[in-house]
Amino acid sequence: MLVPTSHGLYCPQGDFFIDPRRSVARAVITHGHSDHAYRGMDAYLCTQETVPILRHRLGAHGHYHGVRYGETVVMNGVRVSFHPAGHVIGSAQVRLEYAGEVWVVSGDYKRQADPFAVSFEPVRCSTFITETTFGLPIYRWPSPSVVAAEINNWWRENAAAGRTSIIQAYSLGKAQRIMGMVDASIGPMMATSAVHAMNTVLADAGHALPPWKNLAAVDRNEPLTGSLVITTGIDAALLRRCKDAATASASGWMAIRGFRRRGNHDRGFVVSDHTDWPDLMRTIRETGAERILATHGSTSAVVRTLQEQGLQAAELEDVGMERTE
Amino acid sequence: MKHLSALYHALDATTKTGRKVDVLVKAFTSMPSDDVLWSIALLLGKRPRRICTTTELRQWATMAAQISPWLFDECYAAVGDLAETIAMLVHGGHTERQESLAATMASLEELRSTSDDVRAAAITSRWQTQTADDCLVFNKLLTGGFRVGVSRGLVVRALAVVFQADEATITHRLMGNWTPNTITLDQLMAADSVVADAAKPYPFCLASPLDAAPEHLGLVDEYRAEWKWDGIRAQLVHRGGRLYVWSRGEELITDRFPELDVLRGILPDPLVLDGELLAMDNTTVLPFAHLQKRISRRTISAAMVRAVPVRFMAYDVLEHGYDCRHLAYHERRRLLETIVEPLGASMPITISPTIQASEWSHLEDARQRARALGTEGLMLKRRDAPYQPGRTKGVWWKWKVEPYTVDAVMIYAQAGHGNRASQFTDYTFAIWKDGALVPFAKAYSGLTKAEIARVDAFVKANTKERFGPVRTVVPSMVFELAFEGLQRSARHKSGVAVRFPRIVRIRDDKTADQADSHQTILAMLDAHEQRT
Ligand SMILES: [Zn+2]
Repeated sequence: MLVPTSHGLYCPQGDFFIDPRRSVARAVITHGHSDHAYRGMDAYLCTQETVPILRHRLGAHGHYHGVRYGETVVMNGVRVSFHPAGHVIGSAQVRLEYAGEVWVVSGDYKRQADPFAVSFEPVRCSTFITETTFGLPIYRWPSPSVVAAEINNWWRENAAAGRTSIIQAYSLGKAQRIMGMVDASIGPMMATSAVHAMNTVLADAGHALPPWKNLAAVDRNEPLTGSLVITTGIDAALLRRCKDAATASASGWMAIRGFRRRGNHDRGFVVSDHTDWPDLMRTIRETGAERILATHGSTSAVVRTLQEQGLQAAELEDVGMERTE
Repeated sequence: MKHLSALYHALDATTKTGRKVDVLVKAFTSMPSDDVLWSIALLLGKRPRRICTTTELRQWATMAAQISPWLFDECYAAVGDLAETIAMLVHGGHTERQESLAATMASLEELRSTSDDVRAAAITSRWQTQTADDCLVFNKLLTGGFRVGVSRGLVVRALAVVFQADEATITHRLMGNWTPNTITLDQLMAADSVVADAAKPYPFCLASPLDAAPEHLGLVDEYRAEWKWDGIRAQLVHRGGRLYVWSRGEELITDRFPELDVLRGILPDPLVLDGELLAMDNTTVLPFAHLQKRISRRTISAAMVRAVPVRFMAYDVLEHGYDCRHLAYHERRRLLETIVEPLGASMPITISPTIQASEWSHLEDARQRARALGTEGLMLKRRDAPYQPGRTKGVWWKWKVEPYTVDAVMIYAQAGHGNRASQFTDYTFAIWKDGALVPFAKAYSGLTKAEIARVDAFVKANTKERFGPVRTVVPSMVFELAFEGLQRSARHKSGVAVRFPRIVRIRDDKTADQADSHQTILAMLDAHEQRT
């Protein structure tokens, strides 16, 4: 029902692509991250929550069609619906049904609680295309409350020592998740331009984000001591502005000490919007799928493990244009 | 365990030495004293013998994680550290049992004599009842690789703060043979800890390199000059009727040098001497390679001792009934003479001779002879200075012979920059390789103004080709070049990479065909490599 092509994952029966990388007529978009939602499609189909994100990122004049989670759209006889993926606001798994067969494309997903993204819901299917960004058993995320306590302690200690805390995060998803998980009573939260812009889009769309300040609008002479600055990138100008700063990054890769040390940040917090190994295995079981196709990251390790468990599994990129009925 | 784990991760989280010291101070003041003692031992690299192999750890972790061996290997490849890989795979999420580091070490020690099954079960159960962070540190104890970027110097700095003593005193107290099982923290840090550990040496006084003319040091009579011996720096500790030999790396190497044992009972007691172990044939110093064998061989045969006898070249006395490091060097030297000279030539100990000099130029001359005597150059020691630990600038200077010199032919010249732009001051030199001259080094310093003018005139008169600012010259002028370092290199045409080239002089006495070749340089490197 789906085949990988140079433009992206293609559904011949429905004549549409999922998360295409190059211009196509009809694009079904799992979520608003830039490696999933590209410019240049004639028409976009996504969740209602993703529409304002695409409008912000890809331009106001595209053809964006938003649907509710669970609502079905029929495209050339293929029934298409979106189901929560828990990855970022608006993120979805895409369910395709045609001639009694059901496929699910997971997009990016996580099973951990997120303050703003709707929680993942497993969807029964016969073929499950899953992301495997962190597809090794070493990846087992600590609980969000534990990490929240770590970030709060770090922020509190920095504030007590007269330092500004700077945390690096993606503008969509990670930035809001951090804002929602920390203890806002410790100090003010500041957002640099990209984060501020995304926050504004999401708040305007009705998401109840905690209060933040636009760093660019703060008087240049006002000290930032005790603040938590959320930014997509840490550069020399930002460090100068913050005077004495402690820096951190928040990502699943921070689970590995080598990445923490090479990252040039004082701290690394394990906050991932992707599934870890135990949740990956659980999700595969819960879909009931007979066939699993793995994409992104440690695909081969996941495929070999599933095969050892007697499941039919392959790397998505290896599937090729075999049959296009 | 939790204290050590917190310490480990706090140290791991920063690369700034100042912050590392703060972390150590905070840890040493908040831990129970047994944990402090164990932490010091581990940070100094004193680790107990392993109780299991890494192969066993991998097997046990693979079973505990219920994964295939190939998947363990994939994980290890992704993480790059065995202790960490295992911790990530099998940690239990939270630490159930809090016990002191000393208790952990003791229970590990008990496992040593148990069966494989018991060890596997005990280690696995500890993994599964600890957080990932604690589990990682626990594994570091098992694998013995307890490295967190903390040097001995940082540990000393922190302990100096905690115990309100100067760093030299702390350095001294940390030396010696102790393990956490043989001493308490109070004993280790006590003022009379030297008495408690008869083997304990003193921190070594180290020399700073002298890279300018010696005249700027002041008057020659303020110094005493000796040869810089190319042996193994060592302290001879004679206390309580026992003799200990310590290397500068703080290794006890007594058993490597059985011939020194005759000094036991003959030397005054207590006595600590500083000096150099040298392989000697009567009065001739033998190449370092002979000493190397003493360090690398597991057993030292009587035949080896006979073939290449080793002597202790004494140059300082640190303890003679009392700690005499506060005495001025000339006073210690006089004391040393009264101790060593009466022993006679049959004993394997010699006093390092003083090189007499009333002018710096006498020492310049001596330095020229240094290599022929098998030494590395000269040592200049301040006559009035006490014996100080570490590299205290101005107390001891090492004035080394130029490490390497090569005769090479000038093949290219280029005009300099700024006020040297009108003259050819930057030169490329070549050596012979397979019958051709190949570029080898660039140098633009070391010549006088007059010499530069001479070379400039030569370049202008002997230009073969011009490539922009560069001129190819007739290869006929030979220069002696000195280098801080030479190294084999496949990437360089000449097969040799050079460090800090400098022109020593123009070799008017040599023609281009007499310049050095690739082979002669490699032979020189071989000779050097055998000694390091
Ligand atoms: Zn994403």
